Amino acid sequence: MSATTYSPRARYFSVPSLETVAAWLLAIIWVFPLLYAFWAAFHPSEFMVRFELFAPLTLDNFVNAWSQAPFARYYLNTFALVTGVVIGQFVVCTLAAFAFARFPIPGKNVLFMLVLIQLFVFPEVLIVENYRIASELGLINTITGVGLPYVASALGIFLLRQTFKTIPRELEDAARIEGCSWLEILWKVYVPLAKPTYLAYGLVSISHHWNNFIWPLVVTNSVESRPLTVGLGIFSAPETGVNWATVSAATLLSIAPLLVAFLLFQRQFVQSFLRAGIR
Amino acid sequence: MTLTAHRKMQLYGALLLLPAAILLTAFAYLPTVTTVINSLFLPGFRGAPTEFVGIENYQVLFNDPTFWKVARNNLVYAVGTIPTSIALALAMALFVNGKLRGRGFVRMAYFTPTILPMIAAANIWMFFYAPQIGLFNKLLGALGFSGVNWLGDPNVALGSVIVMSVWKEAGFFMIFYLAALQGMPPELKEAADLEGTRRWSFFWRVTFPLLMPTTLFVLINALINAVRVVDHLFILTKGGPNNATNLLLYYVYENAFSFFDRTTAATITVVILLVLGVVATLKFTILDRRTHYQ
Repeated sequence: MSATTYSPRARYFSVPSLETVAAWLLAIIWVFPLLYAFWAAFHPSEFMVRFELFAPLTLDNFVNAWSQAPFARYYLNTFALVTGVVIGQFVVCTLAAFAFARFPIPGKNVLFMLVLIQLFVFPEVLIVENYRIASELGLINTITGVGLPYVASALGIFLLRQTFKTIPRELEDAARIEGCSWLEILWKVYVPLAKPTYLAYGLVSISHHWNNFIWPLVVTNSVESRPLTVGLGIFSAPETGVNWATVSAATLLSIAPLLVAFLLFQRQFVQSFLRAGIR
Repeated sequence: MTLTAHRKMQLYGALLLLPAAILLTAFAYLPTVTTVINSLFLPGFRGAPTEFVGIENYQVLFNDPTFWKVARNNLVYAVGTIPTSIALALAMALFVNGKLRGRGFVRMAYFTPTILPMIAAANIWMFFYAPQIGLFNKLLGALGFSGVNWLGDPNVALGSVIVMSVWKEAGFFMIFYLAALQGMPPELKEAADLEGTRRWSFFWRVTFPLLMPTTLFVLINALINAVRVVDHLFILTKGGPNNATNLLLYYVYENAFSFFDRTTAATITVVILLVLGVVATLKFTILDRRTHYQ
């Protein structure tokens, strides 16, 4: 090395490299749609047509959106749906994963492969028949009907089984010597040690069901059960003629809780999506 | 362990599986079977019994030019979104894996579209694509070009949908590449630096081959999404103009809930199930024999 060459570190603090420029350019393109939606939502609708950076700010669009469609009710429905689905998934998938991880079930491997099929055949793919089954069970236009097909989740069973398998048997044996029943062992030994898995899977599941659309669209037909995504889809359909500034306000309203949660807990979100792999 | 104790364990395990088994049967296995059955029968008129017609429904479907148009669209959509998303995801991961100023912000920018609902993303992209007041046409107008009908021109519409999907997906795939890159032994890079290997050839000869399992994993996910996610069509195009952006699952939805043709819907669903079956087979044969850095 001669004295005239620059070390890479020195170059890092001077002119940005081509790579840095490309990375930033791509990042700006990637956030731009969201920033544009923000801009549109906080300005009077006439500025959608002629862009002025310093146009007057307003909250009217949010007020309009909130009053033109029952967003409060949609929020409530989405909250109820997400809470119900996640609790249901935790219970059902925990029991199944425990059975797969620790019990001598005949034909266990075949059964587990059968479960994994659901990673590919989602409820929304079987939309026609699932609609028929939901209607036979009297679940059309109920929040239960929106959530129930997703409760026995192959992904949840898969992730929890993996975690349970890594838990040393000695802990279980110790609990059994103390006279714990199987369910007590599950509750006191396995579930606490699987907390990170529950967190990761829970986050992925919450985002999935907050965002889910086509199945809720089919299975709901009134304000009583409609989640946010379906409400937003109906509200912003071009034929309704709602003005754009209001549509962007409604869009931001629908994504705000999830977006804020993501910005606060970025690392956990990314880690969770990574761990869950297949949504 | 005595036999009776073993039996007890078996019974207990079966009981633990029961809730999941009932739900999976109700919403996955049973509907799959009835879908296949429905595709082999024709419903009778006015309550008359259904009639077994074998593969006749498939013959009718395969003679329907609209079906082929939709199938072709789905193929174009897959070919248009998947390689682009994967290449971008890899580039993004390489960007934020290195020494980059403002790395945290850049990584967040790439990943944010992933957590938006497809419906919200489609709404936002409507502002870009709309004919008169959309941002893209305004920019073109300012530069003195005439506007493009992004979602109304049959030759352009599918491309517009593809661009939006790439924006939505690339950041999600990035995280898998990023994890794989961070799991790579640093000795490789050090050795290559000592040898004076150029960065580009290091990437093609070392990094890229080592990332192959990740690429396969991402590819499987992308294939599933190309078949499964049609939410954006409800906002952007409704499958139009003249089915130019219609995709298989959206076509199922249309047949079942707009045309009330359950038989055709079931027959197309079987085609989708076959595609997903091929993807699943790929995953369980190719991918699970390799290690995946997770």
